[in-house]
Amino acid sequence: MIVAQGKPIAEVAKMIEDANKILVVGCGGCVTVCLAGGEKEVGVLASALRMLRKKEDKPLETVEVTLSRQCDPEYMDQLEKYVADDIDCIVSMACGVGVQFVAERFDKWVVPALDTKFAGGALEHGVWGERCGLCGECVLHKTGGICPIIRCSKSILNGPCGGSQDGKCEINPDVDCAWQLIYDRMKSLGKLDKLLEIEPVKDWSKSRDGGPRKVVREDVMIK
Amino acid sequence: MSDFEPKIVAFCCYYCAYSAADLAGSMRLQYPHNIRLVELPCSGKADIRVILEAFERGADGVYVAGCLEGDCHFLKGNIMAKRRIKQAKKLLDEIGIGSERVEMFNLSGSMGPRFAEIAEEMTERIKKLGPSPLNPAYARKQEAADKEEAK
Amino acid sequence: MKSGSRLEKLLNQGEFVVSGEIGPPKHANGEIIREHARKLKDYVDAANLTDNQTAIVRMSSIASAVHVMAEGLEPIVQMTVRDRNRIGIQSDLLGAYSLGVRNVLCLSGDHQSFGNHPTSKNVHDIDSIQLVKALKDMRDEKKFICGEEIKENEPRFFIGAVANPFGDPFEYRVLRLEKKINAGADFIQTQCIFDMERFEKWMEMVRERGLHKRAKIIAGLMPLKSHKAARYMQKYVSGMIVPDEIIERIEKADDPKAEGVELCVEQIKHLQKIEGVAGVHIMAVNWEEIIPTIVEKAGLYPRPKVL
Repeated sequence: MIVAQGKPIAEVAKMIEDANKILVVGCGGCVTVCLAGGEKEVGVLASALRMLRKKEDKPLETVEVTLSRQCDPEYMDQLEKYVADDIDCIVSMACGVGVQFVAERFDKWVVPALDTKFAGGALEHGVWGERCGLCGECVLHKTGGICPIIRCSKSILNGPCGGSQDGKCEINPDVDCAWQLIYDRMKSLGKLDKLLEIEPVKDWSKSRDGGPRKVVREDVMIK
Repeated sequence: MSDFEPKIVAFCCYYCAYSAADLAGSMRLQYPHNIRLVELPCSGKADIRVILEAFERGADGVYVAGCLEGDCHFLKGNIMAKRRIKQAKKLLDEIGIGSERVEMFNLSGSMGPRFAEIAEEMTERIKKLGPSPLNPAYARKQEAADKEEAK
Repeated sequence: MKSGSRLEKLLNQGEFVVSGEIGPPKHANGEIIREHARKLKDYVDAANLTDNQTAIVRMSSIASAVHVMAEGLEPIVQMTVRDRNRIGIQSDLLGAYSLGVRNVLCLSGDHQSFGNHPTSKNVHDIDSIQLVKALKDMRDEKKFICGEEIKENEPRFFIGAVANPFGDPFEYRVLRLEKKINAGADFIQTQCIFDMERFEKWMEMVRERGLHKRAKIIAGLMPLKSHKAARYMQKYVSGMIVPDEIIERIEKADDPKAEGVELCVEQIKHLQKIEGVAGVHIMAVNWEEIIPTIVEKAGLYPRPKVL
């Protein structure tokens, strides 16, 4: 899932300081699962903003709604009835995708309430870790299912670098060295010989370096 | 500010604090009338959103009272509550209401006197802090203070 | 002869080589580099010019190499993959060669979080092994990374790589060295050695696989100025092992600096006896002026001539 985290309330408050009425839009997708922008967080943010403004004697009116997903135009239709003329600003509690979909759809000032962090998963309740670098060409079959692109701080394809010690990365003793994990795994799978092959330079054009990407699946297109 | 009577909402777990309140009553213990009790099936049910709602609707202070640690009927509800209060404190500081206005307490159903004591303690604390910035009394107090300064 | 560099020639002659290291300054005046070069040139066969070491912005290693050459000392240009993509790296290599640089040392580079621009973006378009291969392909296949032919004047470098016998996973360190040699490394400089026992164990594994015959292994050393510096490295420098005995030895000495020199000289003499060690690389960080003393005391002065 896309893992996101709420911005500090003051930061969001600053973005909407000129607004008298805002629409706070949650997302039922990833950010609900990672407890950053679902129905509940919409309630908390709206309440916090109202109180902050009441304290400043500049009351704020809020409308709260949570869509099934903000990254799909179908669900965006459902938002239409809430986007009234008197809404001064839409606060999206989705990842960066959702914020942009809302902005593309409605002729309103749209601001993000979250910082989109990474593609990852839950390590335990309340802790999420990064797992995918979205590089556009998966190499996990070569590395025992551990991604060197995103889990190695230097994205080394022929690792580990000299900074790996006691299984940890040089940048921080809390960070596992991805190449130690890869080595251990390949060893236990009896596939160490695969690591001796020199991995050639990567084609980063399939990643963001190739410009904004698009996936087109004609087989499932309707139009 | 001696005339300030704060509104305090106490979210009480059915298994401990709520029973302790009953016990305090039957023991005829006096505790401040500022406390409004809300019964919860477990302190773990105390949602941040609900706590914020209490403040938004005019509470000057809020506390959650759950079972002693290790004694939760639902094993870890009170531990969850503790973490949520920590988060609520952070939010209240960010909003400018102040983290001191919310607190977590632990007690057992047999601790009637402790219940009264907590009520007393919290009322004293909030009285010292004065009205919540959202309370109309807060503005009056500020005005008075400004006038005092002008003199 | 691959590159014709002095370092390459001396190694081929079978000499026990000595190289030093010069850290470029954090400003735009090359005089300090020239001064170091003048002091070192009769005592070392070549000197590394670091590439923004520990991710702190310094004068470029290639520009620094030009200053060093002007004083008659041969440079080993360090090239990290942290700050440049494959376009920048190849372009800089063409430029370095045109200016007379013949030795290049390929590294990953310390993570930028250690340096003075921790909020910068890192590149890591290619890794250090891929860089070694790129240098080899430019020289021996006359090809750029993309496969396009270099029609004339291909850069012919003596290719260096680094190895860390003290990093983990230990068992894999020698295999990765082999990978670097397979990619085209001609010489290897190791991380600073303090734990001689582990280094010897590592060299044994190197010899088992015959790697010392395929590339020249140059042992890295760092003279210690004080026990505090040693303690700092033990604690905070990644991929380094500094045994307590060494720190205590420096700490107890009446003159810690002299003891540091003494220790370094002992290490050199010990390394000379290890089969497969082709030389030493002395990294005297902020203490470049001590190198002549160490070289003399180790009996490695005067330096041999190219035959």
